[in-house]
Amino acid sequence: MTRFISWYCHPKYAEDLLGDLEEYYRRNLEVGRNRADFIYFLDAVKFMRPYLVRKVKLNNRMTNLNLVANYLKTAVRSIRRNQLFSGINLVGLGISMTVCLLMIAYVAELLSYDDFHSKRDRIYRVTNYYHNLTGDSFNGLFASTSLLVGKKLQEEVTGLEEVVIIRRNFSDDIRKGDNAVNITGYYTENQFWDIFSFELIQGNPETSLSHPESLVLSQSAAKKLFGDKNPIGEIVEGRDNNYTVTGVMRDVPYNSHMQFEALVPFHKLESEKQVEGDANFISWRSMWTNYVYFLLPEGGQIESIESSLAQLASVENAKTDRFAIDLGIENINEIVPGASRSNEIGPNFEWIIVYLLSGLTFIVMLSACFNYTNLSIARSLRRSKEVGVRKVVGANRGQITFQFLTEAVVIASCSLMVAWLLYFFVKGHFMAVFPMGAMHLDASWSTLVASVVFAIVMGLLAGIVPSLLLSRIPPIAILRDVSSRKIFRGVSLRRVLIVFQLCLSVAFVIATATTYRQHDYAINFDLGFRTEDIVNVSLQGNDPEVLKSALEQVPEISNISTSSMVMSTGSAWSETFTYKDPLDSASLWVNHVDRAFTTLHDFNFLAGGTFLRDLGEGDSSKYIIIDALTLNRFNMGTPEEAIGQKLTLSERGVKRRYEITGVIDEFQYSRIDWDTEPAVFLQGEVDQFRFLNLSVETQDPLGLMVKIEKMYRSIDDLHPLQAEFYDERINNAYQDFSKSFQIFSFLSVLAISIAMMGFLGIAVFTMETRMKEISVRKILGATEKQLVLLLSKGFLKMIVIAVSIATPLTYLLFSQVILEGISHRAPLGADILSSGGLVILFSALPIVIWQTLRTARTNPAETLRND
Amino acid sequence: MKGKNLGEFEEIVLLAIASLLDDAYSVSITDRIADVTGRKTKLGMVHAVLNRLEEKGYIASELGDPTRERGGRRKRFFQISKSGKVALLQAKAQRDKFWETIPSIVFRDLQ
Repeated sequence: MTRFISWYCHPKYAEDLLGDLEEYYRRNLEVGRNRADFIYFLDAVKFMRPYLVRKVKLNNRMTNLNLVANYLKTAVRSIRRNQLFSGINLVGLGISMTVCLLMIAYVAELLSYDDFHSKRDRIYRVTNYYHNLTGDSFNGLFASTSLLVGKKLQEEVTGLEEVVIIRRNFSDDIRKGDNAVNITGYYTENQFWDIFSFELIQGNPETSLSHPESLVLSQSAAKKLFGDKNPIGEIVEGRDNNYTVTGVMRDVPYNSHMQFEALVPFHKLESEKQVEGDANFISWRSMWTNYVYFLLPEGGQIESIESSLAQLASVENAKTDRFAIDLGIENINEIVPGASRSNEIGPNFEWIIVYLLSGLTFIVMLSACFNYTNLSIARSLRRSKEVGVRKVVGANRGQITFQFLTEAVVIASCSLMVAWLLYFFVKGHFMAVFPMGAMHLDASWSTLVASVVFAIVMGLLAGIVPSLLLSRIPPIAILRDVSSRKIFRGVSLRRVLIVFQLCLSVAFVIATATTYRQHDYAINFDLGFRTEDIVNVSLQGNDPEVLKSALEQVPEISNISTSSMVMSTGSAWSETFTYKDPLDSASLWVNHVDRAFTTLHDFNFLAGGTFLRDLGEGDSSKYIIIDALTLNRFNMGTPEEAIGQKLTLSERGVKRRYEITGVIDEFQYSRIDWDTEPAVFLQGEVDQFRFLNLSVETQDPLGLMVKIEKMYRSIDDLHPLQAEFYDERINNAYQDFSKSFQIFSFLSVLAISIAMMGFLGIAVFTMETRMKEISVRKILGATEKQLVLLLSKGFLKMIVIAVSIATPLTYLLFSQVILEGISHRAPLGADILSSGGLVILFSALPIVIWQTLRTARTNPAETLRND
Repeated sequence: MKGKNLGEFEEIVLLAIASLLDDAYSVSITDRIADVTGRKTKLGMVHAVLNRLEEKGYIASELGDPTRERGGRRKRFFQISKSGKVALLQAKAQRDKFWETIPSIVFRDLQ
């Protein structure tokens, strides 16, 4: 309390006031200590009156400003004098700032999404929340909605300026003369141009999508087809029909949440579906591929729209008891980055990623700041004399603090330059590593400004502790007796900071090892069937038989089968089956395959075999191969007993019965994140096949690919060949593991180098302060070995503490949180857990040995002579 | 309290200082006022008034020797200045003038 009063009170009155309070306090002590304390406290607060409160010294600030030039000069000098320390700081801060720059640029990029829409404050999108009321299947938030909602908004709801329906998945192979390209885009309506700020360079926005055959192309697509000719009014060929080019728009900016090359009229698709009599097209539940955007009039009330939507939803939900859909609204600016939704129209970036990255960056940055803090405190001994002199000459505490903060900011600003240089080097690598898809990371003015602000903040953060410590030094103590080192109590704080950095390094190393092991485990997982020497070729709409006969001419290909999907790589397909009891239905994973499939992939048959015969023309498929888990699911008894039994598949009310021809061992249908679950093979029809599986024997995989490509070209010259080895595909499927492995190894290298630099700084400092002690010990007969042991003990202790804190924490983090959702996990063995400690030990040991040896070997005479 | 006139509490504080002679410092003043008037007197109030009086030039202060009961801090002793004395006398004169004009019959029921 006394300090509190001295702080606020004008110095002229402070003594008097404190004396009075003291006197009263003693008087009150007779009543009781607590009461006296309480009254003292009350009085102290009550005395905070205007006339007593210290005046803020304005002129002080002015002198500070005048002194800035001097501070800068001192800062530069002290940086030059202590090259090792400054170097460590510069590099450490520089490296971590590079990471921060990347993050700033990345976050800025995410935040800039959809900013080019001039009416963005009034553009909204309708979202769906799907509740399944019958049980286990998917619930969740969808970016998509039903066409019904769009129609109702257009026809029945008032208070909207424009409403547009967008349907994705337009894709066609467009030809003009000799040029052919595959183009993807959206089905939409003319209002599109009124709502969004996508720019139509040629063509009339009022009518560009009015005619059923119209097609609006992006500039680059138009260039591919027409070169430099004017495309407007030209007729191009699609797969099934012709289009007339009615507009050319500027290419979609990268920071748009919609990405498309072409737009075609939605009403054409709609009338086609009406002709087909597809009632499902406009149904309430068909909400997977349509998007509805609307423009609110200026000053319009969003609440009234929300209530109209809620009303609409309740009317529609009342018609069924199997599911319910809630309608929601989100502004276009909330889409990227935004909440987690399914069926996003374009690239999806969630807030959680932004938070995660910022968190990691913050940790790395903190670690580098700690280095600065550590080293500056260590150095403060040497600079204490300077502080003493400054104080004697008349500097006050604020000025000293300000001086050291200036120094920290100068260092941080220099690091910023280092960081910008590094930034352009690592940008490419960084973009390649990150799993978040398209990134540009262009350095803009705003990121530049942000980075400067950031550097200043970083400097202040790093400099605040040492400058406060230094400015607190009482000048007399320093000037009278330099060796009174008790003034510095920052030693334990420094140890804590170092241990923190070491902990981080240990954690990152373990994380790296874990993700590496998990990736390794994933790609070598025994799936239950053969994946070696199999090439999967995507049919891309070609007739499987035609392609098959072409590829059979390649001598290396010994066998070919067809399938609707490639298993164990992420995609999945399920159907609902029943056995004898029609009420006991189960959802099973499904792959549509041909007769050769099971043999080619070496599935292990427990009983029976593959389908009895090939499907003839016009046959509907009727054979099924089940796995052991399905057998158990339906309690079919032994595998032999199951042969010849029938499973029923119900699909949109139609029931089909399949005869079991074989039972195979259980196998991993999905990615290993999921459990091994029941799966079946249905005999597929031609239009269900998407892939050819080639069994190959070759020493020259690249040469083989060339041959396959040649054959493929002879059948299909439009689509580029999509073929890859099964193992390669599996490898790609687990890219998230390998990417996080790369990120973690990057972070560990970073964390280790920063920690080691800090470690080195502290080692150098400790050695220097203990030089005299060592010399005396040496004179008294200590051997070099004893000295090294003595000196390194403290450092080893820090490492041991760090390892014993970080290892169990990281283990818990990984086993309980990060790998929680993965069913098949690589065991977190002792080798992985100890890797963190070992790496740190082996990086730190050379530093410790180098420094201790250097100290132990100095000639004691040289140290002591100067005293 | 506006202008040259003394406020009621200011007057009392001045009187207390005058009566304490050389021993007038914040705590003793507070105690004296409490004794004489019998009302609860807060140190904070006295402090504020002392400060104001010093600003007006009615009192002057000087620091004494460090004392034990104040934790080694010095007392600030107050002395009434010449203008302070003038102000006090003036206040007294004003009052006396009033008293002279009041016939004793006014207080008859109290005596």
